[in-house]
Amino acid sequence: MTPLLSVKNVTKTFPAGRGKNGKKARVHAVNNISFDIYPGETFSVVGESGCGKSTTGRLVDHLLVPDSGEIWFDGCDISKLSDKEMRPIRKDIQMIFQDPNGSLNPRMRVEDLVAEPLLIHTDMSPAERMKVAHELLQVVGLGAKHAHRFPHEFSGGQRQRIGIARALTVRPKLIIADEPVSSLDVSIQAQVLNLMQQLQRDYELTYMFISHDLSVVEMISDRIAVMYLGSIVELADKKELYAHPRHPYTKALLSAVPIPDPTVQKDHALLEGDIPSTIDLPVGCPFQTRCPRCQADCKLKPIEPVDVGGGHMVACLHMEE
Amino acid sequence: MSENNNSVNSASSAYMDDPVLQNRSRAREFFKKFCQRKTAVVAGCFIILLIVLAIIGPSIAPYDPDVYDYSNMRAAPSLQHLMGTDEFGRDVFSRLLAGTRLSLGSALAAVLVGAALGTILGILAGYYGGILESLVMRGSDVLFAMPDILLCIAIVAIIGPGLINVIIAVTVFTIPSFARVMRSATLTVRGSLHVEVARSLGCPDSRILWKHIFPGTVQAMIVNFTMRIGSAILAASSLSFLGFGADVGAPEWGAMLSSGRNFIGVADHLILFPGLLIFLTVLAFNLFGDGLRDTLDPKIK
Repeated sequence: MTPLLSVKNVTKTFPAGRGKNGKKARVHAVNNISFDIYPGETFSVVGESGCGKSTTGRLVDHLLVPDSGEIWFDGCDISKLSDKEMRPIRKDIQMIFQDPNGSLNPRMRVEDLVAEPLLIHTDMSPAERMKVAHELLQVVGLGAKHAHRFPHEFSGGQRQRIGIARALTVRPKLIIADEPVSSLDVSIQAQVLNLMQQLQRDYELTYMFISHDLSVVEMISDRIAVMYLGSIVELADKKELYAHPRHPYTKALLSAVPIPDPTVQKDHALLEGDIPSTIDLPVGCPFQTRCPRCQADCKLKPIEPVDVGGGHMVACLHMEE
Repeated sequence: MSENNNSVNSASSAYMDDPVLQNRSRAREFFKKFCQRKTAVVAGCFIILLIVLAIIGPSIAPYDPDVYDYSNMRAAPSLQHLMGTDEFGRDVFSRLLAGTRLSLGSALAAVLVGAALGTILGILAGYYGGILESLVMRGSDVLFAMPDILLCIAIVAIIGPGLINVIIAVTVFTIPSFARVMRSATLTVRGSLHVEVARSLGCPDSRILWKHIFPGTVQAMIVNFTMRIGSAILAASSLSFLGFGADVGAPEWGAMLSSGRNFIGVADHLILFPGLLIFLTVLAFNLFGDGLRDTLDPKIK
C-alpha cells in the first residue's frame, strides 16, 4: 500500500537569539524525522511537552516550512511549495487544534465558521454551503438550531466538535489532530474521541493524532511514534508498542501511566536528570543524558532507527531484548 | 453519502442532549456595562444632542444666522436673544446652531478620512511587516514629533487657508495616530490562534485581513475614533480662530470666538457661549471615548 503521507528526513530549527559564544543560537525543534502514514489509519505522535510533536504537525500542515527534508502528500512534495501553490492541497489536509476557544474566530457565527473551508475551496452557493454546514453540525451532535450562535455561547467540548465539523466539510484525506482533547474534561474527552473514531469509519478518514496522553493514544491509535527531543525514538503498532516497548525512553514513559487498581504493584522505570537544552543538542543519542543503559558508543554519532521486525523501528544501540 | 449521514445522525444523537448555553448577546452585555458609567452616558447623550442639532439646527433656529440687525448690536442675553447678539446684531444662539454643522462636520470628515487611511496603513504594516512597516511607522514618528496644531498651521500655510484645507490638515495629523493604534491591534490579533487556523484552512491574505484580523481591531479603532474627534474639533476651531480656517463671517465656532474676542470687555457673551460649546463638545467626546475604552477593555485603566 502506498502511504498517504511520507515524511522523509525532515529537520526544523528556530532562531533563538544568541548563544553563550555569541553565535546565533537555534532551537532544534525537529531532527531528521521520517515516518509514513497510510490511508485509513490513525497514526499517533506522543512525547512530553517540547519534544517537537506539535511542530511536526505544523510542518505537515505547511504552517511551517522545514529546513531540510521532504514531505510527500498524495504523490506530491509539499515541503517546498509556496503558500499559494499549497492552497488547493489544503482542501485535503485539515487540522483540529488543541485550544477550541482560540481556534474559532469569536466574531463569526458557527455556521459561517463551519462553512468557511467550503467558501475557500469550492464554488458552492451560500445556500448549499449552509446546508452542508448544518448537516455536519448535526453529525457532530450540535443541532442546526444552534448554527447562528457565536462560539462563546458553547462549552469547550461543543466548541471542539465545531472545530471537527469544520475540518470535515471539505472531505479531507488527512486530518491532523493536534492535542484535540487535552484541554477538555476526561468525560468530554471520551465523547470527542468516540466521535472522532466514528467519523473515521463513516468518512474513511486518516488521522495524524498528536498527544501527550498515553491513555488517549492507546484508545485511538493504530500506530504510534514516540518522540523525544525532536527525534522519533520508537515507532510501532499500538499493540506491539504497549506490549513490547524496546527503547528505554518508551519503557519509562509507559511505566509512568497510572493503572486504576491500587493492588497492582508496578516497577517504575524512573528517569533521572533533565531534558537537555534543545539549543545545544547532545551528539549521538538524544536520550543519552538520562538513559540507564547508556554506553560510550551512544555518544559518538546519530543513532539510525532499525527495524526489529514487523515495522517496529527502534533508534537504540543497546535496546532491551 | 446520505446513508452515511443517516447512520451517523442516529448514533450521534447521544451528544444532542447537552444543553447549549443561553443565547447571550454581546451587544446587549456591552450596553448594560456601558450604562453603568454615568459620565460616559451623559457625554454620549450630549453628543447625540449635538448630532441632532447639526441635522435640524438651522430649521429650529429662531433667527437667520446671517441677517444683520443694526438696531440690536452686541445685545446682552435676553428672552428675545437667548445668547445675545454679535457686533452686527446677528443672533448668537442661531449662529451656534448653524455652526454645529460646520464645526462637527469638518471634524468628523477629517477624522473619518484620517481613520480610513490610517487604519489601512496600520493593518497592512502590522500584517506584512518588513519595509512597509518601517516606512509607515517611521513616517508616523516624524509626524508625531511635531505638535498637532503646529503641523496643521504648517500644512495650511502650504496649501492655503479655507475650510477644506483645514480638513485636509486635520486629516494628515489624524493618520499617524490611527496607523500606530491599528498596527499594534493587528499585531495582537495576528498572533492569535484563529488567524493561524485561517491560514491552515487556506484563506487568501485578503480574506485573513478582512474577515479574521480587521474585526478584532475594530474596538481599538472606535475608541481612538471618538478620542480623535475631540482633538479634531479643537484643531479645526483653533485654525479658524487663528484665521486659517473658515471664512470670518461664517458661523463656525472658532471663527465666532475669533471675531468676538475684540469685544471681550464689553460683550463677554460673544466668546462665552462659543467657547463653552467647544469646551463641552471636546470634553464630551473625550469622556465618551474613555467610557468606551473602559467598557471594552477593563484591563486598561
